[in-house]
Amino acid sequence: MADVLVAAEHRRGALRDVTYEAITAGRELADARGGDLHVAVVGGDVEGFAEDVNREGVDAIHAVDDGEEFDHNAYQAAVSTLADRIDASAVVLPNSVNGLDYAPALAEDLGVPVVTDAVGIEYDDGLTVTREMYGSKVETTVDVAGDRFVLTVRGGEWPPAEGVGDATVEAADVDIPESGARVTGFEEVGGGDVDIADADVLVSVGRGIEEEENLELVEELADALGATLSASRPIVDNGWLPKNRQVGQSGKVVTPDVYIAVGISGAVQHVAGMKGSDTIIAINTDPNAPIFDIADYGIVGDLFDVVPELIDEFA
Amino acid sequence: MKVLVTVKEVAEADDDFAIEGTDIAESDLEYDLNEWDDYAVEAAVQLAEAGIADEVVTVTVGPERAEETIRMALAKGADRAVRVWDEALDGGFADVASKVALFEAVVDEEEPDLVLGGVQAADTGFGATGVALAERIGFEHAAVVNHLDVDADAGVAHVHRELEGGVEELTDVDLPAVLTVQTGINEPRYASLRGIRQAQRKEIAAKDLSDLGLTADDVESALTITEMYEPESESDAEIIEGDAGESAGRLAEVLRDKGVGA
Repeated sequence: MADVLVAAEHRRGALRDVTYEAITAGRELADARGGDLHVAVVGGDVEGFAEDVNREGVDAIHAVDDGEEFDHNAYQAAVSTLADRIDASAVVLPNSVNGLDYAPALAEDLGVPVVTDAVGIEYDDGLTVTREMYGSKVETTVDVAGDRFVLTVRGGEWPPAEGVGDATVEAADVDIPESGARVTGFEEVGGGDVDIADADVLVSVGRGIEEEENLELVEELADALGATLSASRPIVDNGWLPKNRQVGQSGKVVTPDVYIAVGISGAVQHVAGMKGSDTIIAINTDPNAPIFDIADYGIVGDLFDVVPELIDEFA
Repeated sequence: MKVLVTVKEVAEADDDFAIEGTDIAESDLEYDLNEWDDYAVEAAVQLAEAGIADEVVTVTVGPERAEETIRMALAKGADRAVRVWDEALDGGFADVASKVALFEAVVDEEEPDLVLGGVQAADTGFGATGVALAERIGFEHAAVVNHLDVDADAGVAHVHRELEGGVEELTDVDLPAVLTVQTGINEPRYASLRGIRQAQRKEIAAKDLSDLGLTADDVESALTITEMYEPESESDAEIIEGDAGESAGRLAEVLRDKGVGA
């Protein structure tokens, strides 16, 4: 029992990049345990997806032809059945919204521990996972008892698997029970008047703005700079700005020439949406805020002091 | 119908904190109601106000200290609370299966039709308990729900799941179900003075393992934190020094160099 099983993730006809990253993490674990790497593709264009995931380091691909889109019931049944069939020691899944919709149930089903949101793994006599706690303020290493487990890996932490592999591909028969949760459709959110993804310069506001009425200040800055206003999640959750202004994993991914983060701490979900910006400027009171890790320029200071001065510079 | 809401008291680290052993020093932690659970409580209370839920019960795994946080949830409109704690849980790092064992026992007693909880806890960030619980107790589930419409007569919850990239999945979930609630699904209320007064009289039932028919073996964690440290800063940012006026002046130069505001 040393083989590792990764399940691909796809949505509306396309594999998601996190699949290739999970393959890399799965390969790392399979190498450490001297096993093979298996990849399951469940639902949709399984033949096409099987070809896509046949990258360097993949030994076997199992295609489960059931349904079109993600369905946690089908994924759990397929991955659980395959894990037992190949006697997998570990299941590695993307730490995505859909990954988290079945990984914990899968672990329960297999009777093994689950560790989510891994940013690093090491396997010696047993698994040690590196993960963050306390809102990314600290990292921890966590030892996992037992030699079988389910792991979800954070996006962007492992490079995507590349090249062309010579994996075996086989259609796998899996009994999938009827589901009590039925996907009826998808909805795009955040249309509206402005597409922040088109902006060259974004002034982006976060929790540090404290009150809705203080938004005027950053609006004024955006006007002075000829920039577009965007925001991090809490501002949109509070209903202070519409959803189409949200930058991050669940909002828009933006790559402007200049991104000015005002009072944004830089949680991983936010950074995922803006790290591709050419120049990142951060204004934040907390010198340890993770936003400074990816910033090109930083001001450690109170936005209520700095922003008015900056507006004056461009008035 | 009866709604059970899982409510966690989470620890938040101060800006300046020290690490002692494998955790942050107790004196550098502030405790509060988990932000995601605040939205779950609000969703449950709204179901009660709409006449869909007859009773809203919260369940918390935590020491006596957590009662202050539990009172917050009661002040916002939950009817009563169950608090589970046992010395067997003290000091260790509970894994998902042991939390599920505790919640399973409470579900057996309370027999809810709907279980709501936050997507994740702000401190440990696992995001796994709700979905694992659903599997254990044989309920349906949906994770990361940001829109909820319960049709009690039909026994279905119509939900939106917030996927990545501004896309929502529309799903019908048969009841009984466990739903994990995303921030932004509603506007959590502030507790009113009247609510706070009423909360003082609401029941918080404390239960230990034996009350729930469990033993220490049921909550033995497979996970051990072996190290905790501050991640090395990977920053190569130019930190602009000086008072607000000076730093704004320097930043204005940088921006003009990039052609901004020119």
